[in-house]
Amino acid sequence: MRSIHVNQIIEVVSKLCVDANYFLNQDIRIKLEEACKKEKSPLGKEVLNKLLVNADIAAEKEMAICQDTGMAVFFIELGQDVHLEGGSLNEAINEGVRRGYDKGFLRKSVVEDPIFRKNTNDNTPAIIHYDIVEGDRLKIDFAPKGFGSENMSALKMLKPSDGIEGIKGFIIDTVRKAGANPCPPIVVGVGIGGTMEKAAIMAKKALLRPLGIHNTIKYVEELEKEMLLMINKIGIGPAGFGGSSTALGINIETYPTHIAGMPVAININCHATRHASFEL
Amino acid sequence: MSEVRKISAPLNDGDIESLKAGDEVYISGVIYTGRDAAHKRLIQLLEKGEKLPFDIKGQMIYYVGPCPEKPGQIIGSAGPTTSGRMDAYTPRLLELGLKGMIGKGLRDNNVKKAMINHKAVYFGAIGGAAALIAASIKSQEIIAFEDLGTEAIRRLEVEDFPVVVVIDSEGNDLYEKGIMEFSQE
Ligand code: SF4
Repeated sequence: MRSIHVNQIIEVVSKLCVDANYFLNQDIRIKLEEACKKEKSPLGKEVLNKLLVNADIAAEKEMAICQDTGMAVFFIELGQDVHLEGGSLNEAINEGVRRGYDKGFLRKSVVEDPIFRKNTNDNTPAIIHYDIVEGDRLKIDFAPKGFGSENMSALKMLKPSDGIEGIKGFIIDTVRKAGANPCPPIVVGVGIGGTMEKAAIMAKKALLRPLGIHNTIKYVEELEKEMLLMINKIGIGPAGFGGSSTALGINIETYPTHIAGMPVAININCHATRHASFEL
Repeated sequence: MSEVRKISAPLNDGDIESLKAGDEVYISGVIYTGRDAAHKRLIQLLEKGEKLPFDIKGQMIYYVGPCPEKPGQIIGSAGPTTSGRMDAYTPRLLELGLKGMIGKGLRDNNVKKAMINHKAVYFGAIGGAAALIAASIKSQEIIAFEDLGTEAIRRLEVEDFPVVVVIDSEGNDLYEKGIMEFSQE
């Protein structure tokens, strides 16, 4: 049994909150640079350029890449041989968020009730997904999620007979409907199979996978490549002003499902696909 | 691509008429911020027959909820939020003389119609370019609804704030034009 004190977790979470929001990840930067070279629209090229400059300014001045510093989403892998001491894990993560968002001058974007909508003023509660795994490590993945893009996400319970063509159509429709709203160029996470909630969680988790690394299942890898080409033919372009860079990447995850169904969830993310992780 | 044009805020009638969807523009002058919660309150005030906290006639609203500023900073990151959420409130404000909006994303037909009727312009700022945009903001002052925090109404002085005309006063929409021009489907 390995012991980890929750104070350590608070520290780590607080730092992850700040880092993810200040520093654009390298995989995204590379894809933005590639897109900038290939973009057919001069205005689109300029938008991509400005996004790269924006990332430089944010890193240099240590300020948020985007003002929507998101709802704090975590994926936690907790080894079954870990013993946590000093308090509750949930509370430690939320305390880390509280401190990180305060210290990093990040925006507090959470309201305590979906109808009455009063700001909690500390960006808690976080959304936390737990996975109990073998071993004695604790891995924390943090991915703040802005709602300009979250709002354009969709879930559909397709019929098995809809097949792969049905999935492609649903992805293209969702991206088309999103248009300029999710700050293109976007990153698309897709979850196929499982149950309703499993598909949605897979779609969100797919966004953690670095761009350029494909699913290890052959047909899924091909689907990722094909869908990226198809999305970039729509013409939405950077900032929606028209162009050939509508998406930087699409990551798809699959899971066994029921004989009667084929859930598909699509989580749209923006170029500010932020992610930071740490293993304790 | 045409050269970047410089205009001042509040907008004058000549600029409003000559700005066309797709034009790149740098805005300098005074603009106001407002997003979901502030719009809701503005409309509630109007419904009660009360005065708005600022004279909206001729003015421009930027849909933004900035990050808090660090010590010594004028404003934190301050990129546009999705404008469509304000669609329900916008026609009423256009009726009262609002002349410009800065945001990102699609507007509905009621907004477009009201924009044509009342001669107004919708500008798109680059979503996600929040640190870059913050650099063009020279002062901020909260003028209403301070309790709303990031959603409070602020008066901003901006210099060369980079935007693109998305919907012009004749209702031409760059989002539609752009897709048509670059679609390869
Ligand atoms: S969609 Fe992304 S880039 Fe756009 S405002 Fe939201 S967090 Fe920022």
